Formats: sequence, structure tokens, C-alpha cells
Amino acid sequence: MTEWLERHVPKMVLAPSFVAVLIFVYGFIIWTGWVSLTRSKLMPKYEIKGVIQYERLFASPRWDTAMDNLFIFGGLFIGISLILGLFLAILLDQKIRAEGVLRTIYLYPMALSMIVTGTAWKWIMNPGLGIEATVRNWGFESFTFNWITDPKMAIYAVVIAAVWQASGFVMALFLAGLRSVDEEIIKAAQVDGIPTWRIYSAIIIPSMAPIFLSAFIVLAHLAIKSFDLVIALTGGGPGYATDLPATYMYAMAFSRGDIGQAASSAMVMMGVVFTIVVPYLYSELRAKHD
Amino acid sequence: MAPILDINNLYKNYGSVEILKDINVAIEPGDFLVLVGPSGCGKSTLLNCIAGLEPITGGKLSIGGKDMTHVSPKDRDIAMVFQSYALYPTMSVAKNITFGMKVRGVDAATQESKLKEVASQLQIEQLLHRRPGQLSGGQRQRVAMGRALVRDPKLFLFDEPLSNLDAKLRVEMRSEIKKLHQNLGATMVYVTHDQIEAMTLATKIVVLKGGVVQQIGTPAEIYNRPANLFVADFMGSPAMNLIPAKATKNGSDTRIEIARDGAAPLVLTDTHAENLPQDVILGLRPEDIAEAGFRAGEDVQVAECHIDMVEPAGADTFVVSELGGKQVTARLHAETGAESGKVLPLAFDLSKVSYFAPGSGERLN
Amino acid sequence: MTDFTQSYTAPRRSFGQLALRWLLFTLLGLFALFYLMPLFVMVTTSLKSLEEIRTGSLVALPRDVTFEAWSTAWSGTCTGVKCEGLRPYFWNSVLMTVPAVFLATLLGAVNGYVIAQWRFKGANLIFAMMLFGCFIPFQVVLLPMARSLGILGLAGSIPGLIFVHVIYGIGFTTLFFRNYYVTIPAELTKAAKVDGAGFFRIFWSIFLPLSLPIVVVTVIWQFTNIWNDFLFGVSFSQAGTQPVTVALNNIVNSTTGVKEYNVDMAAAIIAALPTLLVYVVAGKYFIRGLTAGSVKG
Repeated sequence: MTEWLERHVPKMVLAPSFVAVLIFVYGFIIWTGWVSLTRSKLMPKYEIKGVIQYERLFASPRWDTAMDNLFIFGGLFIGISLILGLFLAILLDQKIRAEGVLRTIYLYPMALSMIVTGTAWKWIMNPGLGIEATVRNWGFESFTFNWITDPKMAIYAVVIAAVWQASGFVMALFLAGLRSVDEEIIKAAQVDGIPTWRIYSAIIIPSMAPIFLSAFIVLAHLAIKSFDLVIALTGGGPGYATDLPATYMYAMAFSRGDIGQAASSAMVMMGVVFTIVVPYLYSELRAKHD
Repeated sequence: MAPILDINNLYKNYGSVEILKDINVAIEPGDFLVLVGPSGCGKSTLLNCIAGLEPITGGKLSIGGKDMTHVSPKDRDIAMVFQSYALYPTMSVAKNITFGMKVRGVDAATQESKLKEVASQLQIEQLLHRRPGQLSGGQRQRVAMGRALVRDPKLFLFDEPLSNLDAKLRVEMRSEIKKLHQNLGATMVYVTHDQIEAMTLATKIVVLKGGVVQQIGTPAEIYNRPANLFVADFMGSPAMNLIPAKATKNGSDTRIEIARDGAAPLVLTDTHAENLPQDVILGLRPEDIAEAGFRAGEDVQVAECHIDMVEPAGADTFVVSELGGKQVTARLHAETGAESGKVLPLAFDLSKVSYFAPGSGERLN
Repeated sequence: MTDFTQSYTAPRRSFGQLALRWLLFTLLGLFALFYLMPLFVMVTTSLKSLEEIRTGSLVALPRDVTFEAWSTAWSGTCTGVKCEGLRPYFWNSVLMTVPAVFLATLLGAVNGYVIAQWRFKGANLIFAMMLFGCFIPFQVVLLPMARSLGILGLAGSIPGLIFVHVIYGIGFTTLFFRNYYVTIPAELTKAAKVDGAGFFRIFWSIFLPLSLPIVVVTVIWQFTNIWNDFLFGVSFSQAGTQPVTVALNNIVNSTTGVKEYNVDMAAAIIAALPTLLVYVVAGKYFIRGLTAGSVKG
């Protein structure tokens, strides 16, 4: 008996977490998937009615806006963060005496809640008293910076705040990558008389492909889940101008009482994440086994 | 005397991969058993099976006459020294050594006296309060031995304990382990890939390859009468010369003919060999080929050989000559006048010869 | 192109090198301003009176420093119907975060220990499944979780939030500990087994004492994530049990009364203070957590 116990203790210790993941991740995904195929409104119903919720979803202009916004926001947020992060990392890699301080300054926004970030930028970008008013006070009377209240530009305001928050993190990732490049390769290149910019563009940056991938995955993941920032910065407005799938789902679930729509939109989000993350995870786990 | 370790028909699989196949080994108290083989041959897995760290798939294993097949490591009355030493990094040397006793509930006074005894035996008294991270490789090795010694077990298990040491220290620790074995009269099972370690330490050697026992025997048996081509090639350095040859019966003698490129074949006459097939592999260790005149005996035969290369190695000089399409090495004395490119008469001691079947690799004589 | 990877102690530089060096410092300085500006504006605004905010400039230092906005934000401002400031919600967050961090870290440590050191058939699959759980958009579990919390009697309560954070924290904490323990040679566990120690003894006497760095990383990661969480907070709390992020959002977006920007900023800083403090004190571990959380496998 004790022998048996001894042999199975590890499994029994892991079991509760495993069961929890099974139920609260996989079970819940199935639940949501199921409900997305019903006509649930305020309360969930379990009778499958086909893909009507998805038809409604794709026919909804608000969802259209949300998906468009996701691609605009996601594309710009990921692209700018990657470029800015890499740029900052290269700048910081030049043996700067104040590197520690600068790194701390660039990265601290990552420690903040997106609600805090949203609150701060909402204040800074508000046209009445923020940047616009300040620059006008300096004498540039016609200066306008009212993105946050302009339905066409509001999503770009969200991009600014998001980049501010996450680019330092990308910088940290890239800096770690730059530091892990084999010194001897760089020395060999220097001996060969290859100019610094070529060393970066031809040797160092290509060797960081895995870091690009990791950073991309994390940023994409942040973009798809981003909810807090939009809520705090624009509340999804003006109108639905800055709605994202995440805010759409939340609105359907908790203010509109349209559980079917909430479930189907969540499943679409899930699908987007799947297509990005699954190949990545698969390759990572496989690489570890080799 | 009953065997202290008895392994019967042991099998070990990982999934569908057979790691160990039908292992049968038994040793007496006081034996020093060495499991030797190339990496991946299953020797460490076998040791882990003996320790109970790996469950076995089939067969039986008993220690001290008791069936231990399904007993957990702590109840097998064994101690083990690992390749990486596996010292507990956050504990002092003293705590490392006494941890096992503490777990088993040995009283503090006994722990203390045992610790003292082992520490003085291994001369590590001044290290007792250090952490493993502050020790040199050799010192860690001693602490790991101390941790095993303090148990006073039926069986000591060593998993390549010297492979992380530099060459000089390795030789030093090797003779210390040998001394320890002699002084304690303890039974030891020792895994190594180093055939010299195996030869110097063992009272009994098991040669493994691909999870199959190739040969079990004393170091002399293994060295002089290897059971197959693999063992012949693996044990000894430089390796045994394995030369393709043709055997023909010639009355009571056997005529052995070895082809030579661009020269007449080398012909030897073996007076003892019996029933050899036509194609054989002739095995002769480098030290059994000497410069003519330096080796006598009725089975010594001399032949002129073309020397391709001379490698002085201090105590000996090795010369290489091509025979039967193989680079054949002979171990000559240091003052030899052998020159590469010249012809030298070499003496072949056929009393030491081994014959193998080219297909199966099995020993023929 | 000149070589500016050379050490800055190089004795002499050409004019071009010096110019490049200055360009570098200018760029770095400008970016530092970009990242610091919001914090600066938040702090100065929180120290101004409403009057000064309306008349003065966004980037000006306060003429008369006043902490009134801070005391209002802490104990007076209104979140919806109640006007008790941020204080009760701050404590809600503490009550929620501390146990959730502790439990998720503990479970992660034990899980990581099992997966890394006590491999059994299927352990890798379980690990992959847990890892995947880190990546799902939480929107996909919001609805069923809301119902489950109701069934468990935890709806709208702090224990409910703790439960949710622990469940969805396990993936990451397990990942952290697994990746840390996997670097510890398996022989250590074997040696301890031969010494007679069992599963828990080995964990307690050998692995836990080794784990300080990864515990710090994990605790900081969990603390930052849970403290900063908004989605679970807003979905699974009710009036009175909301965490500080939800309360902050309610203060900032409340439409009644005069907009008190200075109070908003003070409240935002208060909500950010704990994680900022952790970042300043243990930045090294914070970065390690971030990079460990993103470079996976």
C-alpha cells in the first residue's frame, strides 16, 4: 500500500491542477462553443440551433468595426512596438553608462495596470486641457490633437497608449537577445572589417529571429486580449469607434444580455489566438524534445 | 556463498524500445563489478535498475538474498555515487553526509560519530562546514563518497564517478577507490565507459552493448579471451589488431594467410588452432607483435613487414604496418631502430591469438 | 560608418564619432522623456488644485502644492453611489492578491517539481495542456465562470476572485517552476531517493531551499498580473468587493459632478503604487519574469 502510494504521489499532487485546467480551460471552452450554437439570450439555453449566432455576428456592423479595429490596432501596435523596441535595444546596446537607469525608465509602464495607463493618457490627450490646449497656449493657435474624441482617429490614440506601455518590454527582450549573441562572431566580423551597421543587419538581427517570434506572439496575444486599455481610455467610444472584439464580447455578455452573441464572439477571438499561438507552441515544445 | 547481487533475466523497456535484454549477472560479497560499454549501451540504466531508481520491465533482482525487484531504493540497503556527485547544493558538507541518516531517524550522537569517522577516512574534516559550491571537483567527489560510505550498505553503486575529473585527478581517485574497496571489503558495482578504469578496478567485468551482455569475466579473461569482435575492439588501448585472414588445414597445423597490398602474403602457421573456417578475423594485441629477437617462445613466428609509420610514446614505440587491408599496430620497445618506409622483421606471438568469425563476430578458439 | 561598439573609455575620438555619440544620447534622452512624461503629468496634476489645472499648463510644475486630491482620492471620492474613496477597494485588492499569489505560486512550485523531476507517462502532455491555458483569451471562459462561481456560492465575492486568479495563474507559475527545476540535474532527486527521502521530503529539504530566485520571479509576476487585472475584477465582483482597478475606472468614468482631474490622477497613482514599488525594488526579477513568460517551452 505505501509502495503504491509512493509511486503515485506525484500524479496525485498534479491531479488537482490538471483537473482544474481540464474543467476551467477546456471544459469552459467547450461550454462557450456549445452556447455559441444556441439562441441563448439573457440565460444560456442548451438546445443547438446551428450557426445563427455567427451569422448575426458577421452581419453586425459593430462587430465589423471591432474586427477592423483589431487589425488596425493589432498591426500598428505590434509593428511599432517591435520596431521601437528593437531600435531602443540597439541604442542601449552601445555601452551606455546610464543603461540601467534608462532601461528602468523605458520599461516601467509595463508594471502599470492598463487602467492606469488609460487614465493617464486620457487626461494627456483630452483636447480641452491636455496636449492640444498646452500647445495652443504656447502660441500655436491652430494646433489640433483631438484623436481621442474623433471617431476616425480614436483607435490610433489607443495605439499610442499601448505602444507606450509595451515597447519597453520588447526592448528588454531584444536587449537580452543582443547580449546573448556570441561575442566571438562579432569579434570575427570586426576583424574582417565589417562596419557596425552591417554587423547588426547581417549577423546580429537575423540571429534574433526567435526573439522576434516570441515578442510577436506576446504582443499579438496582448492585442487580442486588450480590453482594459480601451475601457479606460475611450470606453469603446466615441460611439463604437474603438470597439475591439474583447469589448464587444463584454458588452454582449454583461450589458446587452445577449449570451449567444458573447459566446460566438469569444469563440472567434479564440480562433484568432489559436491560429497564431498553436503553431508557435507546437514548434517550441517540439524543439525542446529534440 | 550466496550471491550478494543476483540479476535474473532482467529486461527494461522504455515504451517499445528495449534498453536492456535478458541480463543475468551474479556477484559474491567483496566483488568489484564493473559495467562497461560505449555510451547508450544501457550500463547506467542497469545501475539505476539495481538501485531501484528505474522500475524493471521483466525479470528478478535480489540483493543480499532478498527479492528486491519491486522494493524502493531506500529499502534496498544500497548507497550510490553519481557522475555529477549530486550534492545537495543548499546543505553544508556535513549535512550532505548526514542527510540520509537524518531521514532514516538515526539519533544525533550516532550521526555525529559516523560523520567524524567517514570525514577522517576521506580526509575532509576541514571541509565539513562548506557548501558544495565552494569545493573543488576532487573535494566534491570525496564528499559524494562520504555520503555513500556513511550508510555502510550491502552494495555500493558508482555511476561514472570519475568522468568529471581531469586526467591526473582521475588516476588518483581511481587508486583511492581501489584502496577503499580493499580496506572495506565492500561489494561495489561501478559503471564506466573507460575500459582502463574497468581493467584496473574490477574483479569482474560485464561488457554491454546495445542492452545486451557481450561478455562477463575477470579482467584477464576479458582482455585475453574476448568473446567477440566488439569486446576485442572495445577493451584495450591501442585496440586489438583485427586482421582478415584465410585459414587452411595443413596436416595437424593450420596455415594462416594474410593478404598484403603490393607484396607477397604474410603466412603464419598455427599449431593449436582447430576447426577454423576458411575466412577468419585474426586478433592479436599490439604487445603480442614485437620486434624480432625480443620475443621468444615456440609459437612466436617472424615475418618481414613494411613499416608505414613510427609513433614513439615514451615507454614504448608503436609501429604501424598494413596487413590484410588493416592498419596493424605493434608495440615495440622504446629504443627500437624502426624507421617508417623500411622493412622490419616482426615477431607474432600466436599463443595469444584470438580468432573470430567475420559474419557473427563470435570467438572461434 | 564608424565603430561605436568600442568602449566609451576609448581615449580619442574623431569628430564623426563624437557627433554620433551625441546623437545617440539625444535620442535616448528624448525617448526617456516620452516614457516619463505621463508619469510626470500624473504626479504634477495630482498636486495641483482644480483651479490651477483649468488655468495652467499640462506640463507646468504646480505653483501651490496641495495634497488635497490625494486625500480625496484615498478616502472621499465617489465610485458610483458610495463616496469612501479608493481605500476600501485598495484593501479588496490586497485581500484578493495576497492569497491568490501565494496559492498560485505554491501550486506552480509543486506542479513544476512533479513535471520536471518526477516524469511519468503523459506528464509532458499535461504540461502542454497547462501551457496552452496561459494563452486563451479569457473572454472564452467569462460566461461559464460567472455561472460556476454562482453555483459554488462565490459569485461577487473576494474568495471568488481569488479562485479565478489561482485557476488561471497555475499555467504560468507551473511554467516558471518547471523551467527552473528542469535545469536541476535529475541525479539530485535520485541521490535523495537513495538516501531514503520521499516526494515531499525532497521537495521541502532540497528543492525549496534552491528556489528563492524563481519564487521571487513568480511572486512578482503573479502579483503584478493580479493586482493590475481588470477583466476578472469587473466581471466577477459586485459593489463593495471590487478591486482597485475597477474602482479607479469607476471614479475616472463617473459622469456625475465636476470632473476632478487631480483626484483622478492621484487615484491612478495610488492604484499603480504597489506594482511600481515592486518594479523599482525588484526590477531585475520583474524583467526576468517577463522574459521567462514570453520565451517559453
